[in-house]
Amino acid sequence: MLGKFTSVNYVYGKEGTALASSALSDINLTIDDHVFLALVGETGSGKSTLVQHLNGLLLPTSGTVQVSHYLLKTEKKKKYYIDLDKEQGKHPKRKQFKVKDLRKFAGLVFQFPEYQLFEETVLKDVMFGPLNFGMEEKKAEAIAKAALKLVGIGESYYSRSPFELSGGEKRRVAIAGIIALEPKVLVLDEPTAGLDPKGEKEMMELFDKIYQSGKSIILVSHNMDLVLKYAHEVCVMNKGKLLKVSSPLEIFQDEEFLSSTAIEPPLVFKTALELKKAGLDLNLDNIKDIPSLAEEIRKAKKND
Amino acid sequence: MEKNNTSLKFNHIYFSYQDDAQTLKDVSFEVEKGEYVCLIGHNGSGKSTIARLMIGLLSPKKGDIEIFGEKLSEDNVVSLRKKVGIVFQNPDNQFIGATVRDDIAFGLENECVEEERMEVLVDEYAKKVGMYEFLDKEPSSLSGGQKQRVAIAGTLVRNPSILILDEATSMLDPKGKREIIDLIHKTKQENPDLTIISITHDIEEAYSASKVIVISSGEIIASGQPKDVFTSQEKLEELELDLPFFLKLKKELSNRGIEINDVSSIEELKRQLC
Ligand SMILES: Nc1ncnc2c1ncn2[C@@H]1O[C@H](COP(=O)(O)OP(=O)(O)OP(=O)(O)O)[C@@H](O)[C@H]1O
Ligand SMILES: Nc1ncnc2c1ncn2[C@@H]1O[C@H](COP(=O)(O)OP(=O)(O)O)[C@@H](O)[C@H]1O
Ligand SMILES: [Mg+2]
Ligand SMILES: [Mg+2]
Repeated sequence: MLGKFTSVNYVYGKEGTALASSALSDINLTIDDHVFLALVGETGSGKSTLVQHLNGLLLPTSGTVQVSHYLLKTEKKKKYYIDLDKEQGKHPKRKQFKVKDLRKFAGLVFQFPEYQLFEETVLKDVMFGPLNFGMEEKKAEAIAKAALKLVGIGESYYSRSPFELSGGEKRRVAIAGIIALEPKVLVLDEPTAGLDPKGEKEMMELFDKIYQSGKSIILVSHNMDLVLKYAHEVCVMNKGKLLKVSSPLEIFQDEEFLSSTAIEPPLVFKTALELKKAGLDLNLDNIKDIPSLAEEIRKAKKND
Repeated sequence: MEKNNTSLKFNHIYFSYQDDAQTLKDVSFEVEKGEYVCLIGHNGSGKSTIARLMIGLLSPKKGDIEIFGEKLSEDNVVSLRKKVGIVFQNPDNQFIGATVRDDIAFGLENECVEEERMEVLVDEYAKKVGMYEFLDKEPSSLSGGQKQRVAIAGTLVRNPSILILDEATSMLDPKGKREIIDLIHKTKQENPDLTIISITHDIEEAYSASKVIVISSGEIIASGQPKDVFTSQEKLEELELDLPFFLKLKKELSNRGIEINDVSSIEELKRQLC
């Protein structure tokens, strides 16, 4: 098991005041080891709030969040960071973990890259993480350069300020910064918003490769084409609640369920559904993108 | 004589942020009143830079920009800017007020709208983008998509003659995105002279525009009606830009020996395949 949310509620602002607003209510979710999990739902449904619990940036207002052997909870307004692997001694201090360790375990790419960039230069920005976790300069630099290369940022950018980049370039640098940490779980909050189509495709292939190498991917996205093609499991959120966890295939076929949400199947899947209804014998299991749809149509036509 | 139906014109614009790098090279184009133009191109190609030049946030190193026939200059930038509304790529760059209400109202204050009228307008536009319940919240406490909705309301409420959208719906869910696009189309129906310049990576949106301009490394490399631009295959492939869904499907089917005519909806496709 990679993680577990148990009766999690999250309230922004001081509870009981006018500013208090509930963003998560009674979330229960078990995340298996080695997942490619997508989180979808209306804007404001709580996706970003939920994923910020995974690296301890937010702690549940009530309930518990467990990620690997790290347990997070709040009791009587006190925050607890408990390492379940440590001996359960009498002194609570001994069970504490450093939140930094969790940050390295679960690397979070923010919805807005601007929140993440802060160093003088692009290269320094990406090196920051590895250095912060005790890596020596030379090695950190090599890792940072490799990460930048993976996201399509060339050498000419190394000494530029991360704040003076285009939107898509900032996004790439922010992603590189987290990849350089080599986390076990990569948590991505709308990571392809602002990327051009080619960049989006390359970035998703990169995430898939990271998944294939044994890491987990948790992806927040409004792009259902990506969800269909890459995710194995989908969580649908609505108004702070977790409505459903299921495979993309199942969710995109469930028209009745979808009509109660802001989610729509991607056009490629909608097309497949309609063609199937009209009598073409397509295997929906195989529909991942346009080439696989064309291939299914070819097969169906041949058997006609 | 200037044609009086031109809303915006770039004449041989050159721009660079730093001396050593040319960001825009000899960019010229003309947009007529009422056009819906999409600007597309890779990350870093210069799209947002063009948008910043349009509102006089940056000035060209060479060349000039005309808005409704008037050359944009330091003297008239403030008055011309009233005619141009922009929604920035990152909505955080747009917010100044302490509440969503203040933010939507901000543009109106500059235009000396009476207080009562202002309240009515703010409510109306907050409702239009589905953010009415959030009027008293702090903009910084909104989710990404909610911020984008507020930014759009704050721009539309000023009733601009030229509306610039820089990836303004990139963080909306599928339904929300359609609602906002419908709202923009409706606004345009009510005001057919409204010129829209939309910077987007959404190829379907670009395909539905009246004109597309393709930017690559700071230069315009193609422009015209979407049908023509998207069917000049070589150019697009060279650029590795995406094709709209039905064109791509047609091509993939053709690769597999199934030839179909151009279609633009599932219904049409069904008629040909089933
Ligand atoms: N404030 C700045 N200072 C220096 N260079 C900049 C600045 N903003 C952008 N640039 C550079 O200018 C070029 C064009 O950037 P621009 O923001 O116009 O691109 P864009 O087409 O909007 O890209 P995206 O799709 O990523 O938003 C890029 O190479 C970028 O790095
Ligand atoms: N820092 C914050 N302070 C107060 N409310 C917030 C804050 N961040 C988000 N919210 C609110 O919590 C809800 C969920 O937001 P979020 O998790 O960002 O949604 P999503 O990522 O699904 O779009 C929204 O109603 C939003 O307005
Ligand atoms: Mg979010
Ligand atoms: Mg841009």
